[in-house]
Amino acid sequence: MASQDIIRRSGTSGMTPAAKGRNSSEQVAKLFDATKCNGCKACQVSCSEWNDLREEVGTFQGSYQNPMSLSGQCWTLMEFHEVMESNKLRWQFTHSACMHCADPACLKACSTSGAIIQHANGVVDFDSDKCIGCGYCASACPFDVPKIDPKDNKAYKCTMCSDRLAVGLEPSCVKSCTTGALRFGSREDMLFYSEKRVAELKEKGFPKAGLYNPEGVGGTAMMMILHDITQPDSYNMPVDPQIPLSVTLWQDWVKPLGAAGLIATAAVACLHKITVGRNIVEEDQPGYQPPEEEVKDKEEDDQ
Amino acid sequence: MTNHWIDIKNSNVIIIMGGNAAEAHPVGFGWVTEAMQHNNAKLIVVDPRFTRSAAVADYYAPLRSGTDIAFLLGVIRYLIETKQVNYDYVKAYTNAGYIVREDFSFNEGLFSGFNEETDSYDKESWYYELDEEGHAKIDPSFENPRCVWNLMKQHVDRYDFETVSNITGTPIADYEVVCQQIGSTHTHDRAATFMYALGWTHHTKGSQNIRSMAMVQLLLGNIGVLGGGVNALRGHSNVQGATDMGLLCQSLPGYLKLPSDKDTDLKTYLKHNTPLALRPDQTNYWQNYPKFFISQMKSYWGDNATAANDFGYDWVPKWDKQYDFTKHLDMAYHGEVNGYIIQGVNAINSMPNRNKVLKALSNLKYMVVLDALATETATFWQNADGFNEVNPAEIMTEVFRLPTTCFAEEEGSIVNSGRWMQWHWKGANPPGEAKPDAEILSGVLMEMRKLYKQEGGKLPEPLNAISWDYHNPLSPHAEEVARELNGKDLLTNRQISSFAELKDDGSTASACWIYAGSWTEEGNLMARRDNHDPSGKGVTPGWAFAWPANRRVLYNRASCDLNGKPWDPKRTIVEWVDGKWHGIDVGDFNMKLTPQQSAGPFIMQPEGVGRFFALKLLAEGPFPEHYEPMESPIGVNPLHKVTSNPAVRMLPGVKETLGSHKDFPYVATTYCVTEHFNFWSTHARLAAISMPETFVEMDEVLAAEKGIANGDWVTVSSKRGSIQTKALVTKRLQPLKVNGQLVHTVGLPRHGSHNALTRKSYSCNVLTTEVGDANTQVPEFKAFLVNITKAEGI
Repeated sequence: MASQDIIRRSGTSGMTPAAKGRNSSEQVAKLFDATKCNGCKACQVSCSEWNDLREEVGTFQGSYQNPMSLSGQCWTLMEFHEVMESNKLRWQFTHSACMHCADPACLKACSTSGAIIQHANGVVDFDSDKCIGCGYCASACPFDVPKIDPKDNKAYKCTMCSDRLAVGLEPSCVKSCTTGALRFGSREDMLFYSEKRVAELKEKGFPKAGLYNPEGVGGTAMMMILHDITQPDSYNMPVDPQIPLSVTLWQDWVKPLGAAGLIATAAVACLHKITVGRNIVEEDQPGYQPPEEEVKDKEEDDQ
Repeated sequence: MTNHWIDIKNSNVIIIMGGNAAEAHPVGFGWVTEAMQHNNAKLIVVDPRFTRSAAVADYYAPLRSGTDIAFLLGVIRYLIETKQVNYDYVKAYTNAGYIVREDFSFNEGLFSGFNEETDSYDKESWYYELDEEGHAKIDPSFENPRCVWNLMKQHVDRYDFETVSNITGTPIADYEVVCQQIGSTHTHDRAATFMYALGWTHHTKGSQNIRSMAMVQLLLGNIGVLGGGVNALRGHSNVQGATDMGLLCQSLPGYLKLPSDKDTDLKTYLKHNTPLALRPDQTNYWQNYPKFFISQMKSYWGDNATAANDFGYDWVPKWDKQYDFTKHLDMAYHGEVNGYIIQGVNAINSMPNRNKVLKALSNLKYMVVLDALATETATFWQNADGFNEVNPAEIMTEVFRLPTTCFAEEEGSIVNSGRWMQWHWKGANPPGEAKPDAEILSGVLMEMRKLYKQEGGKLPEPLNAISWDYHNPLSPHAEEVARELNGKDLLTNRQISSFAELKDDGSTASACWIYAGSWTEEGNLMARRDNHDPSGKGVTPGWAFAWPANRRVLYNRASCDLNGKPWDPKRTIVEWVDGKWHGIDVGDFNMKLTPQQSAGPFIMQPEGVGRFFALKLLAEGPFPEHYEPMESPIGVNPLHKVTSNPAVRMLPGVKETLGSHKDFPYVATTYCVTEHFNFWSTHARLAAISMPETFVEMDEVLAAEKGIANGDWVTVSSKRGSIQTKALVTKRLQPLKVNGQLVHTVGLPRHGSHNALTRKSYSCNVLTTEVGDANTQVPEFKAFLVNITKAEGI
């Protein structure tokens, strides 16, 4: 974690800003073009291969989808959805993995200092060593991505292969994609390409084609081109993902309020000290305790 | 492939039929999405199941398994009727104007010459009218009623939309769209490619499925051009190489023929296999057959092959009947085989009618398995409850397992679908005692020679005559073998650079003439890795070596008109300019000839043109005809009284193992899924995780009828056996209206193993039948009948 390109850390107050030294780092993005995907699962398998993940060999669950969900041992999953549209079948495949939100709910929810970080290039990464397994990230994520591995009770998810990115390689899923459905590059390039591709698709008979880059989480570094942008739920993607209110309330209001409360208390105390000064009890008030010197003097006087 | 993978990007219409490229060839499929995005190509998928290929297609049309010929002959009828034919091409480069013999006929489902007693054809009449010089007669005006064009028109006339839809179950609206899209490529500036695989070959009329498509492509002028062609996608890595090496039981390397016992001497054999030109001034390339064969003999026997002993011809085995895999297992089943060497195949799970194969293997005295894995074949004698029920005490077969290296543990060449011979290097050392196959077989040869010497025996000559002059005779190196396949000039001892240098006088040696040029005096051309693509059309002459002659697009002379001018200037492959041929690819003709002299682009045919009428080459007729699968869900052929292929390959006793649609009403088809590669990747953990268990796919109507819910255990049974598996109820399969009834199709992945990392599963081949294609003997894995019931108590 000495890459010095971390722009945001979990469990850290915004009042102590992160390092900004590497501020010329370009925002990156992974683009999944669902209209070009044929569900071959190369992305899923290469993810496990590169990251040394081995889920248990499961059983048939009534679908081509295996395993049935993401887990601590499965960070990328090909999902299969049979969708009927105007009496025509569409077999839709979702490349399901971390969306790398610009405004990540997981990071926001995480209470442990530095267990979740955001790199300057936009990638949201977990530092499992620091994770305490509280599961706040899993319950906060609007895409249901982070999973707690029962073996070590720590949270895991796609890292966008940040180890590969660090040496100038693309994520392993993109490398292995057979149809060009997965692309990787600067966020600007991906947005430019998407615009072109969506226009192309509209001409080709997909009038509702569009880019899934939800604003509710500040946009994502994993974007998706969908056949029908009005129905992301048919891909098992939330229509309007938001950071859960509880996380926002807690992190943006309660926690700052708490901090503000502490500061306010201290400030009032100082102000009080300056303006009012010490709380002096006059001799004629109940509970008056004469100063020690006075007592001593008095004792001396009595002698 | 006549073309190659990258060339798919030049297509305008891509038809995937009889294959499932997205699932079985996912990497090559990348060129399909490339064409769709950057060449505005349309993708059409025709398949009984809505596959992962269909998922990205512009148009999907369902059809009943085993009715592809009806579908395609209907396309031909549509093209002719709507005049969406590339007439320039058809007139110049096909046999449409050739006149067929008077005694050829087709009546009520049978071609002339059928003998009902022997169930076979006398093909004498399936030929052209010849003139006095032995050349075919032609009517360039197509007016002669006996010319191929008119006979073909008449033949396909029965396949109108209603008839086709009634047989195939394809809704007419879907069919029409497919016809229109295919038809759109009849112009010179558009090309269509057909991508197919085992979905066409695994039928009792597999060869005719492919021929029907080739006829469509000829009509459209789509062969020999960029973005066109007849493109077989090979299933295994290097199965193209295996085929080149003489995979079929009657082949020798380089598509030469294994002699039969009727070819009693070299002269007779060469006469049978060296065609005479059927038109004047044709290249007729097979006229060089003696050069290729004698050079092969020189390579096999070395100095032992001399003109005096017919270059060792007598040492070559001669066949009396077809000893293909099915036949051999049938012989073992009947106790006629002692031993079996099984190399590179999981026979018991790959071959049809598993219960019969199990008995066949149990009858052997010994079996030798060369494999990198402990396959179900190697352990067939072990009991596995439900999956492999045997009593080991009753099986006397002695099994020897010889562990081999896998592809990454050895060096060599792999030939891909596009005929590219690509050299690869060893990535890891083999585990334990594993050895390359070549080393194992060399050891067997040396040991046999030793035993012959010590103990004597019958016919020692061939074994002793084989030339085995490798540096280490016990372990030939891949480089040595590759040089041998290429061949050399024996007088100068230099590697030849082209098969044009081969001679029939014993002065040259080449084990596989089509590979000539792959390892020349320049070195190993297969190891080249220059992907420079000067034309931008995906033609990369510096990348590896494409047989033959580093040619990337076969029949490319057909991309130009008779005068050498490209039909489409944007798709120029070769061109005659300023009295010379120029091009981005090696011409598939003698480039020293003028355009007029080289105007027969199909140089391997003695008449130089593409054939709508196939003469005597196929067993069931010179034109394709729709016949029902041997197990038909409708029990009749709606066209005529001949229900199924009259020339079908059916061994004695197999007829009794066929079921009727009354007992087994549902069509079953078998296939691969992306996650697995046959029976290998079931042993790879990541692949096992991504698809842990097999299943049976069925439509929602059938499931509701049978009370089966998604994920339920079901029993699937055929006349040959039954299996238990889980149901996948899906919208991707739909019942089809066929001949007045509703036909349901169920799909069975073929990866069921009980000895791998996946969940123990049944093999679908418990259910399949060994009836085979009349020409290739390939079993009908893709269309047979089953019944299905919900399984209780599992």
